[in-house]
Amino acid sequence: MKVVVCVKQIPDPATPYRLETGTNWLLRPDDQVLDDTDRYGVEMGLQLAQASEGTLTLVSMGPAGNGQGIRQALAMGADQAILIEDDSLRGSDALATAQVLAAAIKREGFDLVIAGNESTDGYSGVLPQMLSELLDVPALTYATKVEAGDGKVKIHRQTAAGYDVVEASLPAVVAVTAGVVEPRYPTFKGIMEAKKKTVEILSVSDLGVERGPGQTVASITDAPERSGGRKIEDDGESHLAIVALLEQRKVI
Amino acid sequence: MATIWVFVQEEAGDPTTIGLELLAAGRRLGEVTALYLGAGSESAFATLGEHGAGSVLHLDAGNRLPSGPVAAALAERISAGAPDLIIFGQAYTDRDVAGRLAARLGVGVLSNAIAVRLANGAVETDHEILGGAQVATATMGQGPFIVLIRPKSYPAEAVGGTAPSVEKLDLPQVGRSEATVIESHVEEREGPQLGEAAVVVSGGRGLGSPEAYELVEKLGKKLGAATGATRAIVDAGWVPYAKQVGQTGKTVKPDVYIACGISGAMQHLVGMKDAKTIIAINKDPDAPIFSIADLGVVGDVHKVLPKLIEALESR
Repeated sequence: MKVVVCVKQIPDPATPYRLETGTNWLLRPDDQVLDDTDRYGVEMGLQLAQASEGTLTLVSMGPAGNGQGIRQALAMGADQAILIEDDSLRGSDALATAQVLAAAIKREGFDLVIAGNESTDGYSGVLPQMLSELLDVPALTYATKVEAGDGKVKIHRQTAAGYDVVEASLPAVVAVTAGVVEPRYPTFKGIMEAKKKTVEILSVSDLGVERGPGQTVASITDAPERSGGRKIEDDGESHLAIVALLEQRKVI
Repeated sequence: MATIWVFVQEEAGDPTTIGLELLAAGRRLGEVTALYLGAGSESAFATLGEHGAGSVLHLDAGNRLPSGPVAAALAERISAGAPDLIIFGQAYTDRDVAGRLAARLGVGVLSNAIAVRLANGAVETDHEILGGAQVATATMGQGPFIVLIRPKSYPAEAVGGTAPSVEKLDLPQVGRSEATVIESHVEEREGPQLGEAAVVVSGGRGLGSPEAYELVEKLGKKLGAATGATRAIVDAGWVPYAKQVGQTGKTVKPDVYIACGISGAMQHLVGMKDAKTIIAINKDPDAPIFSIADLGVVGDVHKVLPKLIEALESR
């Protein structure tokens, strides 16, 4: 089975995000990390590719930077990566991103595309669905369990009430929930091998995609601030302050 | 007058709460047609009318995964006459349909909005960024505008509308985009639900181990509260996803929110910062959660929670 996993390099979520003056686009430093959500997609892809003696190709869009995030996914065991990097793609919205990724995935060919349900930095939460429409395949989303084989894929799809079991023929797009599988940590051997793996860099013209009119962030304003109240050090009796507040709020 | 389509999904025979919230958002902007996904019934349609839908396009996908066929049907309908705005919720099936429809139409979406406005033929949406510290206002060039609104952004409100006209829309076959729902599992729900509870007790990484989540559950039980969790401990597999509060989980607005061992990552704050009263217990005096807590206790949850539970038990 030919598996493609969509991954994204994002600014380290532990550092404060900064926006570019004028455009209000997120500033992306050279040093980015693999979105934690994607580790689950990569692990799921590895398990399915390995079980079917298939291959796993990573597809990513964005500034390459030092490529550390992509190497992280390669070190887990992906075979190769395709990265679409182009200045004209700065400020892309979900649709523009999906169009570029779909073009790269079509060019590569696939049986199964795996993505996270949403990225940690942009979280529009519609990319896998857009991708599926552009590829004319089903979008099996919010997957908490995935099985694939014999030309079919079956998932547990998270719902508000519980979960649905959903089945479709391959090819398909599957969007996974964090926790769908336990992601492996790269081994030393994996990290060394990742350095030798192919990362193909493509531009928009390589893919023949045109950018449509996207969205604009017109303004950024400070939200009405919620100020912190009392802060007390636990001296062994701090629970009494909580009890008092709960009484005051008539919870007890 | 602007024409507004509002996507409303059925759950257990009734329109979902978020669907009714979206009708409240749409009603403020123009004439509303509800896109109702589900088996449908007189009473369900009447509820849609009461919440401001003048007409209903009824979509029944049966055991087909709705996203592909529904997006195709809506796109076909749009080619005969497009609304100014289509409103979806930031919810599972809403995202599926909105994403496929947008890609099919070649228009973008504005997602995670907390407010939507129409002015001079353009759309404008507000979005909380950086954990709610700032609000970004976004616009989009080309319609029909597709907007996804976060739960609890508009209060659902019956305004006494009359029974709407209902038209059933055929869902076309979508070839290799078809998928089938083979089984539906409803998980047992115990106690108060996260979205509705007046009091919520949540736990985070500061609990140290999955076993310590029991303290959160005990406190929750004492207070008749729903229990929640941060993404970190959900990803770690300590508690199920259904308990996740935050950007990628549930949005809660309880009277009282008690954060136990939660540092206050942006992703979490977005989901709970609108609680009326916030109480936080955390070891780190510099934890961001303290900047929004009405009462912050700098201390070890393993020491404070047992004493708090005991004090409540002895009352």
